[in-house]
Amino acid sequence: MNPGWRLATILRDPSASLAFSPEEWTELLAVARAEQMAGTLAHRLHGLALPDRIKRLVEDAIASTEQVRLAALWEAEMARRALAPLGVPVVLLKGTAFAAAGLSPSAGRNIGDLDILVPLESLGEVEAALIAAGWEWVKPDPYDDAYYRRWMHELPPLIHRERDRMIDVHHTILPLTARITPDAAGLIAASEPLENGLCILSRPDILVHAVAHLLADGDLAGGMRNLWDFHCLVRDGGTEGLLERARHHGLAREMARALRLSHALYGTEVPLEYQRLGLADRLYLRRLTARDGWGRQTRRPLRMAFYVRSHWLRMPPAMLARHLWTKYRKGYRPVG
Amino acid sequence: MRHIAHLRIGPAAFRIGSHWRAPIAALEDLYRDYPKPEIPDFNVHLFAARPWRRYLRPAVHIGGDFTIPDAAPLPLAQGLLAAEMGMNLQMALAQRRYLLLHASAVERDGKAVLMTGISGAGKSTLAALLMARGWRLMGDEFVLIDPRTGAAHAFPRLISLKNQAIAVAQAAHPQGRFGPLLAGTPKGDIRHLVPDARAIAAMAEPASPSLILFPRFGFDTAERPVLPSEAFVRLTQASTNYVHLAEPGFDALTRLVQSVPARAIDYPDTEVGIALVEALA
Repeated sequence: MNPGWRLATILRDPSASLAFSPEEWTELLAVARAEQMAGTLAHRLHGLALPDRIKRLVEDAIASTEQVRLAALWEAEMARRALAPLGVPVVLLKGTAFAAAGLSPSAGRNIGDLDILVPLESLGEVEAALIAAGWEWVKPDPYDDAYYRRWMHELPPLIHRERDRMIDVHHTILPLTARITPDAAGLIAASEPLENGLCILSRPDILVHAVAHLLADGDLAGGMRNLWDFHCLVRDGGTEGLLERARHHGLAREMARALRLSHALYGTEVPLEYQRLGLADRLYLRRLTARDGWGRQTRRPLRMAFYVRSHWLRMPPAMLARHLWTKYRKGYRPVG
Repeated sequence: MRHIAHLRIGPAAFRIGSHWRAPIAALEDLYRDYPKPEIPDFNVHLFAARPWRRYLRPAVHIGGDFTIPDAAPLPLAQGLLAAEMGMNLQMALAQRRYLLLHASAVERDGKAVLMTGISGAGKSTLAALLMARGWRLMGDEFVLIDPRTGAAHAFPRLISLKNQAIAVAQAAHPQGRFGPLLAGTPKGDIRHLVPDARAIAAMAEPASPSLILFPRFGFDTAERPVLPSEAFVRLTQASTNYVHLAEPGFDALTRLVQSVPARAIDYPDTEVGIALVEALA
């Protein structure tokens, strides 16, 4: 079994690890780290009769991600304080939202940047308020900056000068250049308040966003983690209403594919119609699990194909050509 | 990865994989008396960015479980240094069980002397010379403070000697085992000294910190006490994971600086430096 698949197998059924050889353990942990899932794996393994060395690594990973969770929640609080005077809805996305709402994907989940969604018409004042509160630009290149502002679904990333933490301010969930245009106002209208005044997306929209992020944007790097988020959320609340909501946002095809992939990789319970894989689904699964026993990426041509696809999804051909040419001249090379 | 070495340094176990034999052969020789763990805490990869770069002007890239972007590769002749940097990097970026201090340390009678300072302050040199005078070497790069107990844990990797320190250490350790001379590295000439048998045998034994020193090489002899507040600030800067450990890290560090005296020492040459350390310890 390929080491990427083996990680998925253990996330499904942690007790299967009890028969592991030292080499299988070594590879499992290396892949989990590479996929940013060491904490998630640790939570799955916790409580089993593990070898001492593994028990120690599991404890360390759990303690470390607990700290990550606290820091992420603190960062959300910092943003809340900076933005509260504006009186605009601030919706937490992805990892921070899971942690703030206590949703099950947050167990051991790594959280990097703070992702928030705000109404498009408030973007200017949100940006000004964040800068006044100590966040700074990190994209010094004028092309990148202009590109973000004109075409992306988020502001250029900002980093806080004292805490060194990044915030991504979204106004929708897919780039403006993408063929699919989700209903951003609808996402905010349906969002639900938390006790502290911040919001999270409605449950179906959380899943729609997970799907958009995983399958309609990007090259599936880190996809095992994102699909695990999806799996946990479907496991907890079922599939009802998901496809309708996805269709509303133009993401029905992607939602259906996510259900099929999640069932195949993690054994998510889904209706019968999502239990059969198509040929393309198999390519997605091969891409998702492309790791060797050192956690390094494998299947380079396939990854390259998904990389090209990500840009194809993201922008029309003429614009893509112009963009790649500009980036190439600046010395950027894809897929390391 | 075709060539693989397993080794444990103090509490940290590593698996190092390489596209080339030479760096692994060097590790296996110099670390031959170290335990070979079955399951590592960290993986390090030494790899060629392009297949032909394994053979044509081979350039060793440092990868692993945790990496920094845009790290410059090293020539194959410095593969051993790449392996050492790869292991240090894993510790610096991802060690969470201990508060990591960028310091050297030696132990006598269960008491540990911690020496920290900028590159060139003489951390490694003083540690190597004190080892020759009967101290147990705990490490020349990192000291690991256990937040649960306050104890210092050893990380006795190969002692990394730079430039003039190489000859000084060779004179002090005529029987010492040295690695190959790595000339012209980004940090000048480097030669590694294998910690003595005692340092390796006792590497799992913690010690209680009894003195924190901030040495500076190349100044007139001087010595002054360092207040806990100053020691605290300087040690936060000397720690790679203080921020990540958050409250436990803060607690461990405040406890350390409040319970252990600290001194700044300036020394013009190693003889004076050693005398100062031994007088204070």
